[in-house]
Amino acid sequence: MSVPILEVCDLTAAYGRIEVLRGVNLSVPKGAVMALLGPNGAGKSTLVQCIAGQKEHTGGDIHLAGVNVHRAAPEDLARIGLCTVPEGRSVFPNLTVEENLQLMSYAGVPAGAVLETAFTYFPRLLERRKQLAGTMSGGEQQMLAMSRALASDPALLLLDELSMGLAPLIVEELYDTVARIAESGVSILCIEQFARTALRVSDYAAVMTGGRVVASGEPAEILETMSDVILGGAA
Amino acid sequence: MQTFFAFLIPGLFTGAAYSIAASGLVLTYTTTRVFNIAHGAFGMVLSFVFWDLTVRQGMPTLLAIFLVLFVVAPLIGFIMQRLITRGLGNAPVSVSLVVTVGLFVGLIGFAQQRWPESRIEVDAPRFVAPFWQGFADGDGVPGWQIPGVETTVTGHQLITIICSIAVAAALFVLLNRTRIGTAMRASVDNPDLLRLFGGKPDNAAALAWMIGMSLAGLAGILLVSALGLSYFDLTLLVINAYAAAMVGRLKSLPMTFVGAMGVGVFESLLVGYSTDSELLSTIRPAIVPIFLFAVIVLAPQAQLRIGQVKGMVSAPVPSVPRMGVTAVVTLLVAAVYIARADDVSLLRLGTAATYAIVMLSLVLLTGYGGHVSLGQLSFAGVGALTYAQLGDFNLYGLLVATLVAAGVGALVALSVLRLTGLYLALATLAFAVIMEKVVFKNDTIGFGSGGALEVGRLSVPGYEFTSTGAYVFMMVVFFVVIAMGVLVVRRGVIGRMLIAMRDSPAACGTLGLDMRWFRVGLFAASAGIAGLAGALVAGLRGLIGEADFIFFNSLPLLLLAVAFGVTSVTGAALGGIGLMLLPVLQAESFTEFGLDVPLGGVMFMIIGLSAVLAARDPNGLANYLFRAGRWVEKRLRARLEAGLPQLTTADGAVDGPTDGPVDHTPAGDTHAHTHAPDGVVLVTQEVSDRVAARG
Amino acid sequence: MSLLEVDDVVVQFGGVTAVNHASFEAEAGRITGLIGPNGAGKTTCFNVISGLQRPTKGAVRFNGKAVTRAPVHRRSRMGMGRTFQRLEAFGSLSVRDNVRVALDIHRGFRGIVRTPGQQRAEIDGLLERVGIASYADDRADSIPTGTARLLELARCLAGSPKLLLLDEPSSGLDETETDDFGDLLKDLAAEGMGILMVEHDMDLVMNVCDTIRVLDFGEVIAIGDPGMIRSDPKVQKAYLGYSDADDDAPGSSGPGVTVGKHVDEAATLVIPALTKEGSA
Repeated sequence: MSVPILEVCDLTAAYGRIEVLRGVNLSVPKGAVMALLGPNGAGKSTLVQCIAGQKEHTGGDIHLAGVNVHRAAPEDLARIGLCTVPEGRSVFPNLTVEENLQLMSYAGVPAGAVLETAFTYFPRLLERRKQLAGTMSGGEQQMLAMSRALASDPALLLLDELSMGLAPLIVEELYDTVARIAESGVSILCIEQFARTALRVSDYAAVMTGGRVVASGEPAEILETMSDVILGGAA
Repeated sequence: MQTFFAFLIPGLFTGAAYSIAASGLVLTYTTTRVFNIAHGAFGMVLSFVFWDLTVRQGMPTLLAIFLVLFVVAPLIGFIMQRLITRGLGNAPVSVSLVVTVGLFVGLIGFAQQRWPESRIEVDAPRFVAPFWQGFADGDGVPGWQIPGVETTVTGHQLITIICSIAVAAALFVLLNRTRIGTAMRASVDNPDLLRLFGGKPDNAAALAWMIGMSLAGLAGILLVSALGLSYFDLTLLVINAYAAAMVGRLKSLPMTFVGAMGVGVFESLLVGYSTDSELLSTIRPAIVPIFLFAVIVLAPQAQLRIGQVKGMVSAPVPSVPRMGVTAVVTLLVAAVYIARADDVSLLRLGTAATYAIVMLSLVLLTGYGGHVSLGQLSFAGVGALTYAQLGDFNLYGLLVATLVAAGVGALVALSVLRLTGLYLALATLAFAVIMEKVVFKNDTIGFGSGGALEVGRLSVPGYEFTSTGAYVFMMVVFFVVIAMGVLVVRRGVIGRMLIAMRDSPAACGTLGLDMRWFRVGLFAASAGIAGLAGALVAGLRGLIGEADFIFFNSLPLLLLAVAFGVTSVTGAALGGIGLMLLPVLQAESFTEFGLDVPLGGVMFMIIGLSAVLAARDPNGLANYLFRAGRWVEKRLRARLEAGLPQLTTADGAVDGPTDGPVDHTPAGDTHAHTHAPDGVVLVTQEVSDRVAARG
Repeated sequence: MSLLEVDDVVVQFGGVTAVNHASFEAEAGRITGLIGPNGAGKTTCFNVISGLQRPTKGAVRFNGKAVTRAPVHRRSRMGMGRTFQRLEAFGSLSVRDNVRVALDIHRGFRGIVRTPGQQRAEIDGLLERVGIASYADDRADSIPTGTARLLELARCLAGSPKLLLLDEPSSGLDETETDDFGDLLKDLAAEGMGILMVEHDMDLVMNVCDTIRVLDFGEVIAIGDPGMIRSDPKVQKAYLGYSDADDDAPGSSGPGVTVGKHVDEAATLVIPALTKEGSA
């Protein structure tokens, strides 16, 4: 088997004296889509921040394509093919759609190509190219955010809470896009709180609670254990 | 109509120069969130460099302009961003503002040091000629007469206006048409996200500072021929830029240009038409600060922020017995010193006590309350003025002076009730300039232009402080009493609320505290203390004038207060002595080793630099003193205990770590325990054990 | 008349609607749960109720009086207390002083007549009640998150509020602590206090709440007691993306989407920029 695109070994991280990650082990094979689920406060977003280089971990290792990345700056990781779409609206609200797209070219693909890909996938963005991103609807902003994942041709894509605050129908559409990106061979780690939608497009799934990965396996198995965790055991 | 144009043209010229300065200010502020109070000071220094290169060293003008604007200025900007202002944008305003105030004062010191006024060079007159004097229609007057109206445009004015248009266009293209410009705007929105995009916010910030510096230099070079090579005039030019920047709410460049042109034209028209009106000519020198004040007052209300940066200061609070002992010792030392000192030393000590009392007012306002005042000395001026005008040189007069100063402080705070942070600080700056230019100079209500008022020594029932020694001792008593008062406040209900307000305004609001009135009270108390100090120093000197309370002197006062520790009474005492020594040292020169270096500018440089460094630790130098004290105490105690094995341990353990300042380490710092005193390490260990046990 | 009435509140940031015509009530003596997925607008609702955020549209009535435009501190004086999702403890004060400040603010000048002994007993009583008395002398920025949330609760209780707004109060607590916390809430409600709570721990919500309102996409999509909420298809859809009513069995891929495992033609990482620091 080839080297996994992402391998997290016994990762620990803390906010001040409060430990948030307590030994996370996770591996994403090259070309695979993995869903990482878990309740609020499980440490999922902290894990994403550690992988993206935004937060320094206190112990353990992160390997990207077999290379230990320690203290790499987020902008350097972004330039070599790690695309992170963080929690919330990951667009610049006071820039126009076109300017947002233009900035995506830092990841290595020329601006012209970025624009072309984005407008082909999301014609709606073409209509709104001169509009400020902050004035668009949540779904449209998330499309814009996804354009970066589509157009910058990453090796690994980290998606944090893509569905946050969006209507289910729009979430479905977004995950169709995720599936399409996956088809092009991009490895994806998508983090979600409560979304079966994420499982629909994934090859593997893992569950995190209390700063550890407590279960992993096929999406179907995971879904059965998950519904308990989410709506309360007594359901 | 023709006179109108005669005033309009110069107005457009100054407006254009202001717009260049203001756009640089806005550019750096929006991309890095650091408001560069020293923007004008950089412009001043760069225009001195330009003068040095052209007039003193005879370099061709164009080459010098190129060197200053495209080599020196960007280099300074880059160094500033990398070494000084990096990471400052997220710091509380009381830190970031003090750092740039430090640069402000330090740069003036540098200019005074490098290009002293006293040095006369025959072949290098302190003068820069306007550009393009060949632009003339040959009627003997420089410049072209505009057909139809009886007024001329000089080549220099034309160049300035063209420059401002070119700057506006270049900035527009940079910010809207280039990727790095877009990245600069993006880093305003969300620098973390920009890094995930692969952009480098640090580079955007460096570029913004480089351009900002160039624009400060350009504005300085364009104005230096009109304003002359003056350390202060060129520096204070920046107040006009602040006003313009405020019109654009510190973010809109087009509105900043509109504001700058408005300020320039308005000022010019007012100067032109004010000759007939007494009121207008009175307020004329302060028209821009008044405008600035008005714009700030009209600025929109800031909502309470949730999850903002927490207060980082742990103010040292001594125990009551320790406070008493220190007070008695201070008074004894002062008494012994006063008994043996000559008149000059007595006056110096009195001055130090005055400054120390003003710094106590800053301990209350800045150290405990977290608000920055850039014009604290003006409140002292109000106190001195009231005391002198009242003519009752007794406790009643002191009381009235204190209350009037407090009232003025309350008024300032009231008018800016809705504002906090930067806006509040700029409002105090505008207030200070207005006081200096309008009120203190006034012949009826003020000290009179260039004048001074006579003040008698204080008398209390049964005693008159006629001897200087007795008067100075009384001042020291006042300092000690106020210091104890400040400490009692800190230990009590109000002190806790002040700390709470600084840590989380949102929580205070939801617990039912009306913070606006609290702030008015705080300002009033602080201004009152400063006013008392002003009245006392007036009595000491016997003659007090407007020159004692010029706006600029408030800045070194603030800086020394911060450098010595604005969170502690000890810091105020040390700061007072330091500020008193400043002019003493300034008058002297370093004459060893065949050198003759005047120390004046050097002192300013040292203060500025130390403030730049110290602002990150508001506990200041006093903190190191406390640490040293604790260390000595621990050593001594250990030695004592070695001698007396059992008895003293019980009470020794309580006193040590609780008295002095405790280093605050933000919750995000993972290495927190390494800085904290021993007691905290234990707690940390306990907490993490507890967390770990929970699994 | 309900203790708190939120009437058709809309909040927009720029063009984004955070709260979309939300209407709900909270009653005195009852615990009301406000639940919904992340980003559903719950905290924004809390900010509107407590006055930290002005709504674009709509009204808030408290105790029968319109408070939509009243400043934060006045609402608190009327009997509203709240805790924060992102902690707002006074970090540089001790835990005890945090509560003392709250008492001082609440009492104003009346507080002066109380002796320090009385006040200290009162503070320690409050800390005891929420179960953090053992932390009394610690600095508030050195205590665990869960404890700090309980401290915020103690601080609110110092003002003897009529209504408590709790924003994710149980996150950071372990199971036993959460159980104790649930009992405390029930006690407080039994004393007549109204409680409105945003919470993610469904066990706690189902266990203590009398009524639950589900917020999704800025709208209230369901109201009812715990049993009704649990079986509501709309709620399941909002939370899980599907409901029991759907035929679609969990686990199978949705129609029209094929998921490939492209191991071979995966894009490769270009490493050189990393290796220099990588081995550290």
